Amino acid sequence: MPTLWLVFTLIALAALGFVLGRQRALASAGGDVKLLHSLPAYYGHNVALSAIVPAIAVLAIWSLAQPMMIESRVAAMIPAESIAENTTVSLVMSDVRRLAEGLDQAVEAGVLDAAGANALEAQTIDVRALLAQVGVALGSEVSPEVLAAAQRYRSLTATGSILKTVVVLLLSLGGFAWAYGRTHKDFRARNVVEQGIMALLILAASLAILTTVGIVFSMLFESLNFFGLHSWSDFFFGSTWAPNFRGDSELSILPLLWGTLYISLIALLVAVPVGLFAAIYLSEYASGAVRSFAKPLLEILAGIPTIVYGLFALLTVGPMLVRIFGQGEDGLLGVEWMSGATSVLTAGLVMGIMLIPFVSSLSDDIINAVPQSMRDGSLGLGATKSETIRQVVLPAALPGIVGAILLAASRAIGETMIVVMGAGAIAKFSLNPLESMTTITTRIVSQLTGDTDFASPETLVAFALGLTLFVLTLGLNVLALYIVRKYREQYD
Amino acid sequence: MNQMTALEKDVETQKTKIAAKNVNVYYGESHAIKDVNVEIEDNTVTAFIGPSGCGKSTFLRCLNRMNDTIDICRVTGDIEIDGEDIYDSRVDPVQLRAKVGMVFQKPNPFPKSIYDNVAYGPRIHGLAANKAELDEIVEKSLRRGAIWDEVKDRLDAPGTGLSGGQQQRLCIARAVATEPEVLLMDEPCSALDPIATAQIEELIDELRDSYSVVIVTHSMQQAARVSQKTAFFHLGNLVEFGATGQIFTNPEDPRTESYITGRIG
Repeated sequence: MPTLWLVFTLIALAALGFVLGRQRALASAGGDVKLLHSLPAYYGHNVALSAIVPAIAVLAIWSLAQPMMIESRVAAMIPAESIAENTTVSLVMSDVRRLAEGLDQAVEAGVLDAAGANALEAQTIDVRALLAQVGVALGSEVSPEVLAAAQRYRSLTATGSILKTVVVLLLSLGGFAWAYGRTHKDFRARNVVEQGIMALLILAASLAILTTVGIVFSMLFESLNFFGLHSWSDFFFGSTWAPNFRGDSELSILPLLWGTLYISLIALLVAVPVGLFAAIYLSEYASGAVRSFAKPLLEILAGIPTIVYGLFALLTVGPMLVRIFGQGEDGLLGVEWMSGATSVLTAGLVMGIMLIPFVSSLSDDIINAVPQSMRDGSLGLGATKSETIRQVVLPAALPGIVGAILLAASRAIGETMIVVMGAGAIAKFSLNPLESMTTITTRIVSQLTGDTDFASPETLVAFALGLTLFVLTLGLNVLALYIVRKYREQYD
Repeated sequence: MNQMTALEKDVETQKTKIAAKNVNVYYGESHAIKDVNVEIEDNTVTAFIGPSGCGKSTFLRCLNRMNDTIDICRVTGDIEIDGEDIYDSRVDPVQLRAKVGMVFQKPNPFPKSIYDNVAYGPRIHGLAANKAELDEIVEKSLRRGAIWDEVKDRLDAPGTGLSGGQQQRLCIARAVATEPEVLLMDEPCSALDPIATAQIEELIDELRDSYSVVIVTHSMQQAARVSQKTAFFHLGNLVEFGATGQIFTNPEDPRTESYITGRIG
């Protein structure tokens, strides 16, 4: 049975379980809801959950594990000598899979019957031509070993699927019967359902955490591969970023890190004053009407996709800067400091605009958290509003604001689209903000796009860059959260 | 203390410091203070009592225009301090608040050092020409706030690290440092334990020598202990105003009597 139908069957069983469980509970109490320990729906939920949850869990695990187990058993069938010089087991295995799928399609299309597909022999028939009839193109002639492996693969998969269906259905029916049997007016269905719900929530939480751990590990392993191929000292302490495919690339993170930090710095120089002043205006000066109108408007900025900011950088801000600092339309300043639209300043300015709502909305929350009694105390001493803000409110909110700035910084460091479009692609150390530079994220994009070979250091460096970036932003986030939390404790 | 001591209080008449005439306060649509007329004397402690929500704090906040900081609040009528209308358009509320100090219900020291807390007002208003003068003002104010001996060795410690009672005395010292003429206190002891309360009450009695003190309190015993004059507010009206002994022993209005005997409120 296909997995989708299996899932539908389980859902149907659960629905049936709900109805029957509810009825049985009511019947055991003689139709009087007051005699039941729990509301009738809880008994229904209990049966439904018992029917579906373990079955779905087993189905999910089985579906993930089955291909892996089959592959390892089939791979053992392929003799070492049939693996050609320049390929690996995994490449042969992908041939096997492709052939097995082709045979499936051929059976479905009626070109072969099921027994015929298993009886095929590479010596007697041109499998490649046969499959081409049903629209499956194979890359090379099929060797007898691969055909045998594919047939084995098919039979194992078929057996596995039948077994899976049987086990899952039995489990579902078993859960159904067990929960149904327990349904009685004194059964504490409400408490059981409560625990079930808790388990579900724990599952959701652990999925999120496990995914993060998984991402970190996959990055870590690929990075280790990279450091096996390329010296770590060049990566961390070299001074040049010059990938090539001759095998003597210089892959140092430092020029990229410099570009990243420089652009982030400019972004923060834009975002922090503007965002902070906007937050102060909104939280301290603006009337309710203005605030209810301006705050959402400011936060719309946060909802603009970063690719749109990238376009804005490329089409508006870049040319505008060229007009000011370069010779675009004869130049406003009459200097020639800037020739192309992409530059550190372009990307930094646009990224700063992107970060404004981030800084302002966090700072606004933090400023609002400063107790009114502080302001009253200061105003009551005859301080003006701006004196109160400068000398009492901001110092009290400072740790939180620093936290907000660090969070904004970590977003700036990890930002990709704006720098891809606005910053340029030249890795270098320079202090001139009107020059093109490149960042870690931009290089990750360019190393992984196009025709890539996942065994060369030029590609794998992307993972090392990603991991470094991750560690950097994680560190900033942890620091920021620590500071924000420490500040919260002061007033709550 | 009991009501008998309140009776024996010195009730000699002082000159009028604050005169309020036909004061009405509105919060948006709601009418919080209705036609209040009161004359508050200099060198006297005046207590405002009444049930919660009766408008006593609102009225107190009119006296230094703190209500200006609330957008929807509107004040009509005249309030004069030393014969000068404080709601006149020429009066700068910021200057006024330096002259009419305020101590709040919850101790609210700034997250700064004890020294900086007290020096805050003098610095803003430029009351000290140099560091030595500022030191002098801080010491004098802390002595006035009866907290100098407890904090003189740790003026650099944060004000928020003091105990509740010490914090409130620090706030009083901070208010005194700008050399106000009137000191408004909005339930200054409601967040404090009985010992700290006793210390603050003693301090209030001393402050009477230099200032006109107006205190809002929920505790009738406290009003009886510290004040010479008492005003009873109910539902936004000033029901009765007179010498404290008179109010507590022989109130004229039946509502006052009901309140002080605990039948309403």
